[in-house]
Amino acid sequence: MSELTLQERRAAASVRLEWGLVALGIVALIAAPFFIYPIFVMKMLCFALFACAFNLLLGYTGLLSFGHATFFGGAAYFCAYAVKAWGWPPEAGILLGMGGAAVLGLVMGFLAIRRQGIYFAMITLALAQMFYFFCVQAPFTEGEDGIQGVPRGSLFGIVDLNVTMNMYYVVLTIFLIGVFAIWRIVNSPFGMILRSIRENENRAISLGYSVGRYKLAAFVMSAALAGLAGATKAIVFQFATLTDVTWQMSGGVILMNLLGGIGTMVGPVVGAGLVVGLENTLATSGFPVTIATGLIFMVCVLIFRRGIVGELYARWLSPAEAGSDRDKA
Amino acid sequence: MTMIFGIPIQALLGQLLVGLINGSFYAMLSLGLAVIFGLLRIINFAHGALYMLGAFIGYLLLVHLGIGYWPALVLVPIAVGVFGMAVERAALSRLYRLDPLYGLLFTFGMALVIEGAFRFYYGVSGNPYAVPPLLAGGTNLGFMFLPNYRGWVVLASLIVCIGTWLLIEKTRLGSYLRAATENPELVQAFGVNVPLLLTLTYGLGAALAGLAGILAAPVYQVSPLMGSDLIIVVFAVVVIGGMGSILGAIVTGYMLGLAEGLTKVFYPEASNLVVFVIMAIVLLLRPAGLFGRDA
Repeated sequence: MSELTLQERRAAASVRLEWGLVALGIVALIAAPFFIYPIFVMKMLCFALFACAFNLLLGYTGLLSFGHATFFGGAAYFCAYAVKAWGWPPEAGILLGMGGAAVLGLVMGFLAIRRQGIYFAMITLALAQMFYFFCVQAPFTEGEDGIQGVPRGSLFGIVDLNVTMNMYYVVLTIFLIGVFAIWRIVNSPFGMILRSIRENENRAISLGYSVGRYKLAAFVMSAALAGLAGATKAIVFQFATLTDVTWQMSGGVILMNLLGGIGTMVGPVVGAGLVVGLENTLATSGFPVTIATGLIFMVCVLIFRRGIVGELYARWLSPAEAGSDRDKA
Repeated sequence: MTMIFGIPIQALLGQLLVGLINGSFYAMLSLGLAVIFGLLRIINFAHGALYMLGAFIGYLLLVHLGIGYWPALVLVPIAVGVFGMAVERAALSRLYRLDPLYGLLFTFGMALVIEGAFRFYYGVSGNPYAVPPLLAGGTNLGFMFLPNYRGWVVLASLIVCIGTWLLIEKTRLGSYLRAATENPELVQAFGVNVPLLLTLTYGLGAALAGLAGILAAPVYQVSPLMGSDLIIVVFAVVVIGGMGSILGAIVTGYMLGLAEGLTKVFYPEASNLVVFVIMAIVLLLRPAGLFGRDA
């Protein structure tokens, strides 16, 4: 009995601690551009949102997509094209990118959920490669050069985004809205059903849930949020290129999740920060990024499957919340 | 000039030959993937990197040691196979009790490291590997001109595929392997060394990829990137065929190579995409794959 209360006390303390840390993190992000190069923080935020969107699928639904670059890079192309060629305002461009990513997600998800596990991963990878070849050939992506010189414009015609600080706080707002949306989704009744599918798909079916529809809905939501991140990145950096639709990008977002902690709210943010920071450091050192990335993959899979945040949860906080280590007994 | 569907027959046959060559590599690689997956339940993302490794070892043997094509045809699969067995012992064997997705992620990382290392040392440009003198030149078949080496590739891949199929279906070792696929605990209880069998299987799969690599060296250029794009197409091939049957993997590989060749004749813009489109159609009509037992 006393142990139970101890556990409850620890759980309550951990929740308080979590909220404290989240508040601290938000304050740090608000202050960050005064201390760190803002463009770099914006890049981190875009990738962090991308990683969180991916985690909605892998961490909370148990689906490993190897094709998320399609939504990230696709949305960047749609947004960049609408803003540059049609002169759309940035907010409309971002929404278009998000919508486009959702449609791509609907198509890819519809095909991929017909198989499970390892096949699901291979199908998403193959379809993403198909989208990549499409982007190489389609005239509107401007081939190898990509869409360059995308004007940032002004948000709602009021906030001039060419001012770096304005851009920064818009990106931060988008990031916080996106992450809040994901938090709401995974803690809603809908999110609970997603978790039940992750834990035991057959039981979820036998309980009467049409698992296919839930998976597809999660896939589309994840795609749309990944698109939000990609479209925002296109506005920040004022270009959209083939890099964002490659399979390496799909692998990169998996790495961010694996390193940070699959199935934790904060893990993907930490992972994205580390991966983006590492790439930045290595870019100047001459050591090839792919080798470093590959090594981290191998080490994480072999001895560090919970990721950084998952490991912290497991050691110091309530064991029940310690991410989803997908080990089978 | 003879025409068929408004296309000169030489052009059609020429593209079909290119398709058949590509199909030979699809077949050998998807065969290796299926063999590995059958027993280890791991999708070997590093298969493309092992194929590249095979081509590169052949190239380096020639450049640095002067060892030519024919000895390389034996040495390369052994080297890549031994490398594969070492990886299996050191790392993959620790992942069997986990979700199969971890195997995919580990081999993905491995592919990045191998490719990254070769890119770092040898750049991204392709290195030509000369056709061995015995197979240089070509033969006029009357209706088309067949470069001898390409004919050899098709023949060799058929031999490799049929040989592997016979090994698995008709030999004692193959029967152990098939039994261990069905029920590893029971086979182990009968005194068969299953962990050794797993190591050998991964080694066999890796050796097949290496052999495909050295066969490919004179056809394509030897480059660090030759494996990564290929492996994704091979994944699509595997999804189409289903990994349930060895024979299915082989047949699907050749079929898709030919389909790609035909597309190049009639609608060249789509030739990159056709395998993926076929995959999408197969998923809609027959989700388990053409030869698949339901996973």
